[in-house]
Amino acid sequence: MDPLSVKARQVPSLVAGGSLSAEEYVASILERVERLDGRIHAYLQVDREGALARARDVDKRARRGERVGRLAGLGVAVKDNVCVASLQATCASRVLEGFFPPYTATAVERVQREDGIVIGKTNMDEFGMGNSTLNSGYGPTLNPWDASRVPGGSSGGSAAAVAAGMASVAIGSDTGGSIRCPASFCSVVGLKPTYGRVSRYGLIAYANSLEQIGPMGGDPEAVSALFYAMAGHDPRDATTSREPPRGRGGAGLEGLRVGRVREFFGEGADPRVRERVLDGCSRLEGMGAHVEDVSLGSLPHSLAVYYIIAMAEASSNLSRYDGVRYGLPSEKGTADWNSAYARTRSAGFGEEVKRRILMGTFVLSAGYYEAYYVRAQKVREIISREFSLAFKGFDLLVGPTMPVLPPRVGDEPTPLEEYLIDINTVAANLAGLPAASVPCGYEGNLPVGMQLIAPRFREDVLLDAAVALVGEGGAPRPAEAP
Amino acid sequence: MQAEAKVRIGLEVHCQLTALRTKLFCACSSDYRSSEPNEKVCPVCFGLPGTLPVLNAKAVEYAAMIALALDCSVAGRSLFYRKNYFYPDLPKGFQISQYDKAGGVPLASSGHLEVEGKAVRITRIQLEEDPGKLTYEGTIDRSSHSLVDYNRAGIALVEIVTEPDLEDARGAKMFLEKLRSLIESLGVSDGELDGAMRCDANISLAGGARVEVKNISSFKEVEKALNYEILRQRTFSGAASSETRHWDERRSITIAMRSKEEEQDYRYFPEPDLPPILLGAAAVDGVRRSMPEVADSKAARFAREYGLSPQLARELAANKALSAFFEECARLHTGYQEMAGLSVSELSAEDVTGERAVAPADYVELVKMVESDAITRAQAKEALREATRTGRPAREVVRSKNLSAVADEGAIAAVIERVAAARPGSLEEAARDKKAFSFFVGQVLKEEPKAQPAIVARLLASRLRAKKT
Repeated sequence: MDPLSVKARQVPSLVAGGSLSAEEYVASILERVERLDGRIHAYLQVDREGALARARDVDKRARRGERVGRLAGLGVAVKDNVCVASLQATCASRVLEGFFPPYTATAVERVQREDGIVIGKTNMDEFGMGNSTLNSGYGPTLNPWDASRVPGGSSGGSAAAVAAGMASVAIGSDTGGSIRCPASFCSVVGLKPTYGRVSRYGLIAYANSLEQIGPMGGDPEAVSALFYAMAGHDPRDATTSREPPRGRGGAGLEGLRVGRVREFFGEGADPRVRERVLDGCSRLEGMGAHVEDVSLGSLPHSLAVYYIIAMAEASSNLSRYDGVRYGLPSEKGTADWNSAYARTRSAGFGEEVKRRILMGTFVLSAGYYEAYYVRAQKVREIISREFSLAFKGFDLLVGPTMPVLPPRVGDEPTPLEEYLIDINTVAANLAGLPAASVPCGYEGNLPVGMQLIAPRFREDVLLDAAVALVGEGGAPRPAEAP
Repeated sequence: MQAEAKVRIGLEVHCQLTALRTKLFCACSSDYRSSEPNEKVCPVCFGLPGTLPVLNAKAVEYAAMIALALDCSVAGRSLFYRKNYFYPDLPKGFQISQYDKAGGVPLASSGHLEVEGKAVRITRIQLEEDPGKLTYEGTIDRSSHSLVDYNRAGIALVEIVTEPDLEDARGAKMFLEKLRSLIESLGVSDGELDGAMRCDANISLAGGARVEVKNISSFKEVEKALNYEILRQRTFSGAASSETRHWDERRSITIAMRSKEEEQDYRYFPEPDLPPILLGAAAVDGVRRSMPEVADSKAARFAREYGLSPQLARELAANKALSAFFEECARLHTGYQEMAGLSVSELSAEDVTGERAVAPADYVELVKMVESDAITRAQAKEALREATRTGRPAREVVRSKNLSAVADEGAIAAVIERVAAARPGSLEEAARDKKAFSFFVGQVLKEEPKAQPAIVARLLASRLRAKKT
């Protein structure tokens, strides 16, 4: 069968009713992976046997008329920084080679409880540090829409997998745009939930105070189902909220107050991207939304604030990779532990990771802490407050997800140029707000995504808007991956 | 020789909350002392990637108890910080602790503990996790490798930091002993367990630099280490530089570890995975109500309510089991001073809680016999010893051993004459000197153990007056 012949949102009910075999459906996904992934390289690891065994189990229960979960049969691609017991978790870093976590992330556990089926672990920028998936210790992932372009990152493998039909939906993580950027570049829906909405237990940390696990996929209804399966309080993550997730109203966009954020359309933005997103805004208006311009003056500071905080936390989080307990073994021999650590870390980390550890160490150092880290936290507060104020007048804030079209693989931007294209996505992480990227047009065959930001815990508004914008048919598929 | 420079000592005490059943941030058992290496670990305390710490609420309650017992003010909102450094015993590459700088707020601050009438100020109290433990084959400098055991990693520690208010090694030891018994009386930690209480010290002589001494494994060692360090600084007067030194227990000396300039930069910043600790007024009141009474306030109450002498009240209050026993007896009888005195001198905690424990009613009857001069205090003690040894009621011992005081004053007067005759001149001495008087009474009691000391003393005094006239 062709897995693309059935909409992801329909899979669970078809499987539950016995008219679709989960095993056949999953096998057809695995067949696509076999056929396409040699070129795209979305997966670092495919759990063929495990996926088929779980699918058979779902079918068996469906045949007996037992209850099957709300995600029954859906093939789920999982980013490699999200732990699944018995599957290697490398975060695309050589330093974690050979690390098989003995536990499954709470978010994945909940997906499996609803009979979602893990297809495999997807490629990413090492430890989530990047927006291209070029910074992988295991080779880059290419964009299914144009193999000469990057898929975005850091959840590039997850985005490419769903765009190329190598998974029904995918799990990504977003620290400063890592779900939304590749969603935009690969033309899928990607949602970064409110901070504290989805448990981070089992998510290998890059920057704890910023990141969330979130759903991705071409079919917004399936993305929504995946989100609600993962969301909710988890006693293993003290930062999760006890407030129950808010269900979707399912209403249209009639009367929705939408703020077009001027700063998101700023001078760095590619005019072609700007045009497509303005088109998207017009479509929102066409569906009954009131669109108005709004300005958030502190937004231009968000990039500097984001990188200071993210790198500071990363420098500490990544200290544990010393080769003593797991991962890349330090060579045996006689060395004091300090040089053994240095050897492991020099060999195991890529260039970008080393750069961020060094900068993070610097901003936390005595004498610089106040000037960088403390000041960044103060500005973070101001940005948060400014969003709260804006949401008194608007239900949704919008703009381009990425200011540019997907860059070419060989472009080799400087680190700073690479950091700069995160300008529109990082603010939602600083303020802990839910944000999504939704496909809103094409420049030639290159996708453009529109970013939607909602008040805290209003994922329902984002998902309703995504469903309305994408429409019944789901996001278009790239011609490159038929 | 010039006058010796004044010594100032501050202590940093680390106390494991051994009464907790689990570690500070995970559900691992905290009872690791009899375990095989790396047996009491889980993904969280082993620092596996993707795991998150979850705070043990009981640990906060216990730490707050210590803070309240030391008269500290408890912060309504305090934060965990990460202390970053590389060391093989630290599974995450940082220790989750608290901090009083860089915007940090420790759990509690500004308290004091009185030792021999002098207040030692407590700077702050904070919660943190214990690191693992390194072991070496043979000695540290000759071992070809080190082994690391993470059983201890993540055990809840309370750090108690004092101002430099102590003036000598003995005072430091007294402070530590008092602190230990205070913490024990709260029921939150057993300081006797190996490594449950550890201490670092900083020492400075007037005008000199501050030297920190680490690796002091027990309170016994504290006195030795401090005395050594004070002597070292005096001997090389003016040479003490700001540095960290290591106490070498085997050789009983301190060794230079690093100078102040080489001090590590721990890059403290708030722990993003843990929400702030919130201890509002109501929560603090709740902790206060659930706290067992600590020795000092109990002693004050004993003196106030029962009229015990301050010394006796302190001794009684220092023993939890005896205090409880005494208060039970106090409900049955009002001879407080006698009941307290006899139990402090004759009974141990075991004697009132163990298998052959003395029953309060039995004890009260025994005390009443002493008060009515039916038996002497020495006989009461004898009966108690026998009772706690055999488990028989003390009253029965009195009966079966036929213990009774000699009330016949004529008989006692005769003994006095016998003792005086045996030691010529002893009467004259007793008349002149108080000590000799007591000694004389003792001699009489030796001859006649059933005599009441008070009666002997009265008769002897009148005999002496008679002699003078």
